[in-house]
Amino acid sequence: MSEAKEKKAAYKPLKQKLTKTYLKRYWQLYALLALPLIYLAVFKYLPMRYIVLAFKEYKLNMPLRDMPWANVRGETDIFKYFKQAFGNVDFKRALWNTLKLNLLDLIMGFPAPIIFALILNELCFKKFKKVVQTIAYMPHFLSWVIIASLCSQLFAPTDGLINSLITQLGGEAIPFLDDPSHWVGTYVGAGVWQSFGWGSIIYLAAIAGINTELYEAASVDGAGRFRKMWHITLPGIKPTIVVLLIMNLGYIMGGGFERPWAMKNNLVIEVAEVISTYVYKVGIQGLKISLTTAVGLFQSVVGLFFLLAANTISRKLGERGIW
Amino acid sequence: MKVKSTQAKIGDWIFVLLCVIISIICVVPMVNLAAKSLSGTEFLIRHDVYLWPKGFNLDAYKTVLADAKYQRAFIWTAVLTLICTLLSLTMTALCAYPLIFPGLKGRGVINVFITITMFFNAGTIPNYLLMNDLGLLENPLVLIIPSCLSVYNMIIMRSFFYGIPDSLRESAEIDGASFVQILMKIYIPLSKPVFASLALFYAVGRWNGYGDALMYIKTNKQYFPLQLLLYNILNNVNAVEVAAQEGFNQPGLKDSLKCATVMFATVPILLIYPWLQRYFIAGVTMGAVKE
Repeated sequence: MSEAKEKKAAYKPLKQKLTKTYLKRYWQLYALLALPLIYLAVFKYLPMRYIVLAFKEYKLNMPLRDMPWANVRGETDIFKYFKQAFGNVDFKRALWNTLKLNLLDLIMGFPAPIIFALILNELCFKKFKKVVQTIAYMPHFLSWVIIASLCSQLFAPTDGLINSLITQLGGEAIPFLDDPSHWVGTYVGAGVWQSFGWGSIIYLAAIAGINTELYEAASVDGAGRFRKMWHITLPGIKPTIVVLLIMNLGYIMGGGFERPWAMKNNLVIEVAEVISTYVYKVGIQGLKISLTTAVGLFQSVVGLFFLLAANTISRKLGERGIW
Repeated sequence: MKVKSTQAKIGDWIFVLLCVIISIICVVPMVNLAAKSLSGTEFLIRHDVYLWPKGFNLDAYKTVLADAKYQRAFIWTAVLTLICTLLSLTMTALCAYPLIFPGLKGRGVINVFITITMFFNAGTIPNYLLMNDLGLLENPLVLIIPSCLSVYNMIIMRSFFYGIPDSLRESAEIDGASFVQILMKIYIPLSKPVFASLALFYAVGRWNGYGDALMYIKTNKQYFPLQLLLYNILNNVNAVEVAAQEGFNQPGLKDSLKCATVMFATVPILLIYPWLQRYFIAGVTMGAVKE
């Protein structure tokens, strides 16, 4: 025991010296990191102090700590706004729509890039393959405002390209944008259209990493195109598929703002309102600050829970985690 | 080369056909829009334009290009995109580079500090109140500063830096180069692919983004980026203002004008991205193999 203590004492001056030389050597790195870390502290951590508003009564022009705790006629009930949110038809609808649209996105949007990558992999003309890829990446570069306007031109009830085609073939025009259930299809379809090409990049890289000898051996054994796809390509990219699937499951409570905001219209609001658009309308436009902070906190916490669960599952399955 | 059986050849062509169909699905909406933007009013009123312009003319483009409002928004968005991209790349490099040094004390803590921000967001309203506190509401800087570092992109850059052999760095250190010199002379010159890829990601994000402007800028319309202007026009926000504009009260012309505006906002990106394909593929792939 005492020997160890002595050793520690003996090292002490050396350690200090090390720190000095260490700093002399490394201070530049800390200086480089300063700006990004300040940015993160201010723009990612500082707003977290406002989370407490979910449990308080928001008052304009009052310091945060002076605002009273949430109360019902003077009786403190810090969960007032959470209760209010879950008693609110609009919020419950937005929550349900968020989950529904995200789940549909996952079901339709997740397999699409895998299938596309498999199709591309079967092409034997290199130039042609590259052209197809370039075209398929294009939708990823369009903003949601643009995509929404493409949809409104393409799917317009009478004069849109698709409905003209349908009526000319003797069918009935389909209300792609005006009818709630059809709108959901259009929304999900636009998502698939926007992301399938971009999403295939990862799978193509994974396919490129598969040992080509496997394919040759399979050919010698007389395996056809689809057997090779099923027994070599798919197992080869399975780790990528599993990680991405779990990651996507983790984001099931998330959801951007720009896509639903650009694509919704007044006729379909019952299916198009999601949490992000609800928070914008009720919070920033309607100034119900405490209520929407509570909603946002609920979304963040549940989202975090899903992500952590997804990561744990991913590790348990022996795949690499998300981080 | 082995000779392919007829069956295999037919199979090849089926996949080619599939790809042709997929490509058509990708471009048809844009072609439809382009055709409408180039068509004559009389054909648009009759709803008679599909994939090929009828009554070809450039009137809609002339109107859009001559409109001071669009010119302003276009230039403003271009400047904004340029500033944002340069600033974001700088911030990303500043954050990624020091973290590759195993000898950096506190690296673990810093990594945790950074990673947490990827998984937990304070939420829309707290962010809004922060912008209010910082005096960024109605301020053009709100379109630049709050989004100037993406941790996800930082991780991509960091994995690229990890791929550069340590021996290069170590030999420079022995020669007495400082860490900043090593960054400028070795890491940045060797990292062109990742810079190109991330520059595209940041630039596209800024060029296409409108949510932040919608939330944080209400009255200072001169700071609206192009996409928000477009959103307001396409959705008839401020219908009175829109109706007062030249052309927007005539049904046929309105359609071609709308389409021309959309093309005007889209073409710049469509011209750039194919040239960067090699780089962004590398960038996306690197994001997937992060450590």
